Amino acid sequence: MSHAEATDATLIRRAQGGDRAAFGELVSRYMRRAYFGALGLLGSHDDALDVSQEAFIRAFRARRSIDPERPFFPWLYQILRRLCFNVGRDRGTRRRLLEQASPWLASVASGAGAVDPSRAAEQSELRDRVAAAIQGLPAGQREIIVLREFDGLSYGEIAEVTGIPLGTVMSRLHTARRSLAAKLGDEI
Amino acid sequence: MSREGNGGGTAASEERWTRLLMSALDGELSETEREAFEDVLEHDSELRAEWARLRRVKEVTDSMKLREPPEEVWGSYWSGVYRRTERGIAWILVSVGAIVLISWGLVHWVQDVLADTSVPGLIRWASVGLVVGLVILFVSVVREKLHIRKSDPYKDVIR
Repeated sequence: MSHAEATDATLIRRAQGGDRAAFGELVSRYMRRAYFGALGLLGSHDDALDVSQEAFIRAFRARRSIDPERPFFPWLYQILRRLCFNVGRDRGTRRRLLEQASPWLASVASGAGAVDPSRAAEQSELRDRVAAAIQGLPAGQREIIVLREFDGLSYGEIAEVTGIPLGTVMSRLHTARRSLAAKLGDEI
Repeated sequence: MSREGNGGGTAASEERWTRLLMSALDGELSETEREAFEDVLEHDSELRAEWARLRRVKEVTDSMKLREPPEEVWGSYWSGVYRRTERGIAWILVSVGAIVLISWGLVHWVQDVLADTSVPGLIRWASVGLVVGLVILFVSVVREKLHIRKSDPYKDVIR
């Protein structure tokens, strides 16, 4: 069976046996989720790329401790979120991330047709404000709102990847949405 | 049944409201929960206002998505991971090699200094002190790192 057809469990076992190409297939399968997970938490393309790749490097080094019978991504995500929080913890880095917070969000395409320039400018400004407001949230709230709103995970999936109880997921989401409503005020 | 009628103001009712509100926003309400939610909204203007505010926030976030990186990022992603893994191994080898070579050089240098009778005694003792001090520092740092790795219960805690 080729790597592309193999299950995650098979690839993990092959990687544990020293097969780098098998680990490469795992990277290909989960690089987007890892990158976007980091992007939502860090708000910067360069940092998201760097940190998500670092998470895979650490996963490769620790591959012998992976349980092939358990889902791979929640295990990887634990490494990823720790790296992201550590990057964001540094005050200087945090300030830099907040300053460049705007480019990580994009508008969902509204379909064909001409776009009113003033409406587009309004949308762009609102998008930047929402991005900055999300980046200004405490890390724990930011993580939950990004996983829910932009990664589209259900509450159960969020609880699984973060290792946080379901009730805490919902209360953090509530607090995060309240904070966003307060920060955006009359603009929405 | 309003929030008050359900033990309003208590932690339990706040938690229940939070669950209902979030589930309603994200379309995860069951039929029974929907009835309970609509009942609370009907009787509590404060909660109705919060529902309207958060629904607007949800509409705004729904109109946005994470920005896609340039397509070439995905093509070179694995090779980036692979290169960095290789470099990590290279750095370990370089560090170990440098430590061994520097240690070997220091030992020989001290031996030469001690064997040279023209070197003042103070300088000879200082040379020995320098090398012994460096060895103690190195052993101490390595021992501390190993100890933390084995026994720190907070090593995985996000700080």
